[in-house]
Amino acid sequence: MKKLQKADYIKMYSFMLKIRRFEERAAQLYGMGKIGGFCHLYIGQEAVVVGILMTIDKNDSVVTTYRDHGHMIARGLDPKRIMAELTGREDGYSAGKGGSMHMFSKENNFYGGHGIVGAQVPIGTGIAFTHKYNGEKNICRTYIGDGAMNNGQVFEAFNLAALWKLPVLYIIENNKYGMGTSVDRAAAGLDLYKRGEAFGIPGEKVDGMNVFSVIEAADKAGKYVREGNGPYIIEVQTYRYRGHSMSDPAKYRTKEELDNYKQTDPIEIVKAEILKKKIATNDEIEKINKDTLEEIKNAAEFATNSPFPKDSELYTDVYL
Amino acid sequence: MSTEILMPALSPTMTEGNLSKWLIKKGDTVKAGDLIAEIETDKATMEVEAVDEGVVLDLLFKEGEANIPVNKAIAIIGDPNEKVEVKKEAPLEKVIEEKKIEKNIETKIENKKADIIDTPSPKIEEDRNLSSEEITMRQALRDTMAEEMRKDNKVFILGEEVAEYQGAYKVTQGLLQEFGKERVLDTPISEHGFTGLAVGAAFKGLRPILEFMTFNFSMQAIDQIINSAAKTLYMSGGQINCPIVFRGPNGAAAQVAAQHSQDFSSWYSQVPGLKVIAPSTPYNAKGLLRSAISDPNPVIFLENEILYGLKGPVNNDINFSIPIGKANIEKEGKDLTIVTYSIMLQKSKEAAIRLKEEYNLDSEIIDLQTLRPLDTETILNSVKKTNRLITVEESWPFGSVGSEIANIVQRDAFDYLDSPVIKVNSADVPMPYALSLEKLYLPQVDDIINAAKKVSYIK
Repeated sequence: MKKLQKADYIKMYSFMLKIRRFEERAAQLYGMGKIGGFCHLYIGQEAVVVGILMTIDKNDSVVTTYRDHGHMIARGLDPKRIMAELTGREDGYSAGKGGSMHMFSKENNFYGGHGIVGAQVPIGTGIAFTHKYNGEKNICRTYIGDGAMNNGQVFEAFNLAALWKLPVLYIIENNKYGMGTSVDRAAAGLDLYKRGEAFGIPGEKVDGMNVFSVIEAADKAGKYVREGNGPYIIEVQTYRYRGHSMSDPAKYRTKEELDNYKQTDPIEIVKAEILKKKIATNDEIEKINKDTLEEIKNAAEFATNSPFPKDSELYTDVYL
Repeated sequence: MSTEILMPALSPTMTEGNLSKWLIKKGDTVKAGDLIAEIETDKATMEVEAVDEGVVLDLLFKEGEANIPVNKAIAIIGDPNEKVEVKKEAPLEKVIEEKKIEKNIETKIENKKADIIDTPSPKIEEDRNLSSEEITMRQALRDTMAEEMRKDNKVFILGEEVAEYQGAYKVTQGLLQEFGKERVLDTPISEHGFTGLAVGAAFKGLRPILEFMTFNFSMQAIDQIINSAAKTLYMSGGQINCPIVFRGPNGAAAQVAAQHSQDFSSWYSQVPGLKVIAPSTPYNAKGLLRSAISDPNPVIFLENEILYGLKGPVNNDINFSIPIGKANIEKEGKDLTIVTYSIMLQKSKEAAIRLKEEYNLDSEIIDLQTLRPLDTETILNSVKKTNRLITVEESWPFGSVGSEIANIVQRDAFDYLDSPVIKVNSADVPMPYALSLEKLYLPQVDDIINAAKKVSYIK
């Protein structure tokens, strides 16, 4: 397992907290009518993307679903510009044309942000194909929701990735519900990580509430893929505290179930570890909390003051 | 009694074949199921089995003879015991001689061979680099892909049967041998998956050429084409483009019925972010495919299976290209405008000849070449000159390319029109199998003539 330095603990805590505060603020702006359309929050799942982040190379590629705000933050992208995309302004990562579900940063090898369930899986496989074609040592991390695991193109992509030994790491974020349908009502066979078995793709199930477990699995899987052995699947067991999207009251689950997960809050786990290992004091943690809150407040401020795209932008970027 | 072995039709579009190899010789006894010859079709080289039994009395073609029409006798077998009887009535030599005479009579295979008029348009003839040799459309496509693959290592091809099989329609013949399996990839039959993969590769900077065995199968992958390939540049605020060519045969083949015979030109032309091209000759196939491969956007390149065998001169300059978005005035005329594309160009040209001969109507024919972006300027200028317009295409009538042209023309050239625009399309039904119904379904020369008469108020 990757040896974690003190700075790594602080980095993990800061990123997870930043994602949490960002999403809370996004919810607020949504409530105020500043963010429109669909808005899928990542609260509760922070340990997944931050755990993976700890094992990556900057030149690795990432592609994910529409629940992508946290993924962008973990990629080191600017919360101001992410929030400005959510508010549909010209400073947004997609210049206000993509919105919450469709954000990209090519220079940071972040390939979306895809709105169609499952579509990102063949796409991520194709990005991995390119790494291999170009003789690069990089891999493409392709995130998949549990809902997409019943989507045909996912298996077509698994087959191709295994057939052509492509450097792709599939990360299934199993947050227990595909919109309002629980995994056991949607999937015949609950071990989603075993769904590559027929193609010879190794799979592993990981506790996604605990960032340290994620790092351990991601490190091992990442090495396997990077060494040219072909694809690998990690199924990360996680939970979203909020509904599927902002308009979802989440009546399909009990309050007890939610409270139960909150007992193992991913951010609290890291914080406890930091204090236990005396990596930082309570005061220092408090300072991170305050700074993060401030940063996100500024992001919201920026995002609501950035201008709307010019009318002339309607017709740009259709063709290159 | 002797039996003829006829040149078999080994594919729906095969009209003639080459005799690659005889596996039998005169005097051999053949049983039903024995291999008798290797025949090269428009798609592949295949072995042919005997259906009847007997002794080989004669082989009517030599090995290596080419372009033998389907249904022509290629060998004669008979019963050696009856051989004597035959001799009694007429010398065997004479029987064979008669068969040889018969083989010179053209066997007409109705509707299988496109009614093709392959005289190049005046503009093409002006091309100083025009080759003296005529090549087929499939060879033109193949050569262009090979030329672009030589120029740019990022160009690769993938699809079903493109590599080892040499292409289901032989369009990728020899590419595997020249470029290797890293750049010419056979895919499993999973269009949705490999299309998404190719789109991802294009996002990351490669330049895939994706062959759909036919565009019918692109329906499996249409989400990736429209939601991913066409829209990501826009959704990413201009960051991520998708330089990919989706190519393959589109439209009716020959008697392959509803699921394998349909025209998707207006489907794809409706989508902003896509460019849509439909070549009609080897010449423009070459120029347009080069532009498609070099284009930084996703391009739908709609070929036509029946046109793959169409021969014509080409420009062999490896940098020769025809710009996307530019129509070609195939024939100038003053009495009416016929706007068409792809295989219907051939039928339109035939109709134009008859319109001149029978009704003294001088038609101007516009071959769109690109469907999106549409060259409205060329269409409008022509209508302003002729004041009459018909559109001819193979797609269904509802919301077809012709529908959009009719809309544009009534909006921008209303005062120039002397009659309503008339569209010639396929019948508004799924493609039937029966040869007779298939012919009825597809636009025919007579339909074009009738439309032309109607806009010219000729009864």
